[in-house]
Amino acid sequence: MKKVYVNEQWCLGCHLCEYYCAFANSGKSSMIKALKDRHIAPRIRIEERNNISFAVSCRHCTDPLCVKSCISGALSIADGAVMVDSSKCVGCFSCIMACPYGALSRSEAGVIQKCELCKKNEFGMPLCVQGCPNKAIVYEER
Amino acid sequence: MKYVIIGGGAAALSCIEGIRSIDKAGEITLVSKETYPFYGRPLISYLLEGKTTMENVLAYRPADYEATHGVHALRGETVTAIDASAHTVALASGELLPYDRLCITTGSVPFIPPMDGLEQVEDKTTFWTLDDALGLKAMLGEGRDKRVLILGAGLIGLKCAEGILHLAASVDVVDLAPRILPAVLPEEPAAIVQRRIEKDGVRFTLGDSVARFEPNLAHLKSGGEIPFDVLVLAVGVRPNAALAADAGCRVERGIVISSGCETSVPDIYAAGDCTAQSDPETGKPRVLAIWPNAMMQGETAGRRMAGGEASFDKGVPMNATGFMGLHLISAGSYDGELLLSRTPDAYKALYVRDDRLVGFIMLGDVERAGIYTSLVRERTPLSSIDFELIRETPQLMAFSATERARKLGGAHL
Ligand SMILES: Cc1cc2nc3c(=O)[nH]c(=O)nc-3n(C[C@H](O)[C@H](O)[C@H](O)COP(=O)(O)OP(=O)(O)OC[C@H]3O[C@@H](n4cnc5c(N)ncnc54)[C@H](O)[C@@H]3O)c2cc1C
Ligand code: SF4
Ligand code: SF4
Repeated sequence: MKKVYVNEQWCLGCHLCEYYCAFANSGKSSMIKALKDRHIAPRIRIEERNNISFAVSCRHCTDPLCVKSCISGALSIADGAVMVDSSKCVGCFSCIMACPYGALSRSEAGVIQKCELCKKNEFGMPLCVQGCPNKAIVYEER
Repeated sequence: MKYVIIGGGAAALSCIEGIRSIDKAGEITLVSKETYPFYGRPLISYLLEGKTTMENVLAYRPADYEATHGVHALRGETVTAIDASAHTVALASGELLPYDRLCITTGSVPFIPPMDGLEQVEDKTTFWTLDDALGLKAMLGEGRDKRVLILGAGLIGLKCAEGILHLAASVDVVDLAPRILPAVLPEEPAAIVQRRIEKDGVRFTLGDSVARFEPNLAHLKSGGEIPFDVLVLAVGVRPNAALAADAGCRVERGIVISSGCETSVPDIYAAGDCTAQSDPETGKPRVLAIWPNAMMQGETAGRRMAGGEASFDKGVPMNATGFMGLHLISAGSYDGELLLSRTPDAYKALYVRDDRLVGFIMLGDVERAGIYTSLVRERTPLSSIDFELIRETPQLMAFSATERARKLGGAHL
């Protein structure tokens, strides 16, 4: 299955992927409407220190510990991608306890959000990857 | 191949998934005392609290799950005995079910200590099943006029308190231990959680216990009294291992299982709360009655039953929960050097021993806690990472570039 992979040496630390992610999942029609004067809560996050930076988002593990830990069935695997049904989530954060990558976070509504590879929004293909100016994240089979 | 699974909880569900990942055709029969489809047992407090709905609780898996997974489910049915040599299980209905491979996932049973006068208390319940929760809701009614007494300040008692606070006139919690969550937290974080819960009106009586009940009155050992209308018994649970013991399986509190989830009797496997598996620290069988453990063991058992390879020996005690909006994640053991950090709205304790993170507690800010959990689970040598960095916040930057390439670049995934 195609997944988002990180080429750390190419990352510029520009945070554009975070902005594209926030926009892609905002339901708004333009990036300006989605992001202007707003604190963003993207599902991909840049870690940076000294001269190193890289993006972290869900690995869509073949044997996902988050799904096994979820007490509500909100997390499930669909065609190899790990998806979240936020209407079922009760915000216990068992999945945050379990994910070795720190790839899930709390949404503004207090439930869980995570990368769903833009499968549920209108873009259909990870917008973070499309927005990355330096191919530091790619969407491919490996 | 004929598979029989006893029980219908988390371990049973993941046992089915384990079997079906290998054997798509074998006959699977599931016998479960409860009448409901698979549901998240921990959701019962959230249901009473109004954070989820009955419809969502019963939809842990899609409605056609059993049909699509070829499972013949006998719900509302009880197994009364296992005959290991004949390879059959006996049902309460009198029927005998033959099996080639059996999995016992009978879970826990609430433990009720003998207490003077308990039989006189009319409205009382344990808090373990969906029926318990619905029964409790019915006892409380709509009037918000019932005084509730909860025995036990462990996770179950406190989740119950949170769930019913808005439905009750008052909630009192009594525990013999001097602090709340005695099995989960040391003193300081327990006190922080206690203050948060008290702020919303729950009253605690700790280091005390009930000496005697009158129908609506608890007389405490200390001499105090607590009047109540509804009593919740949440003192603790025990592995439900009697059936397995009678069948000849080795039981030490729980049903003793190998890393492949085999019991001591051929063709009988077990998973979940009812089991005891070797603790990597002590080598002794240990009961780990938590959801993720039931899911991991169930899947391992299922794969093995279907002839596949699988083993699970990384069971770690862990909890993720919250009370009145204060989040708590903890894992591992607290037997190590304590590295503490506190801010006005977060408490974090890391426990380090022999170049390993053996456990941690995070309160308030729990962001990315799973990175710590993985250090505990994988027994990562702290000298192989930048511990000073990861000690501040959980982050992948603390790993080597090679390790990151593996984790994020899919070098092995
Ligand atoms: C209120 C509450 C909150 C919780 N919160 C958490 C949490 O936040 N995190 C966490 O990790 N864990 C939590 N737990 C614990 C968690 O629910 C259990 O660890 C988990 O459900 C164990 O799954 P299991 O399949 O082993 O057993 P169970 O889910 O208990 O399933 C066992 C089933 O077997 C059936 N059974 C027993 N004997 C027979 C028989 N003879 N014949 C037929 N059927 C039988 C029982 O009726 C039951 O349905 C919580 C539990 C409760 C009650
Ligand atoms: S959230 Fe974490 S555990 Fe779950 S699939 Fe993604 S990377 Fe894996
Ligand atoms: S926070 Fe939501 S998605 Fe995560 S484990 Fe709990 S119920 Fe499942």
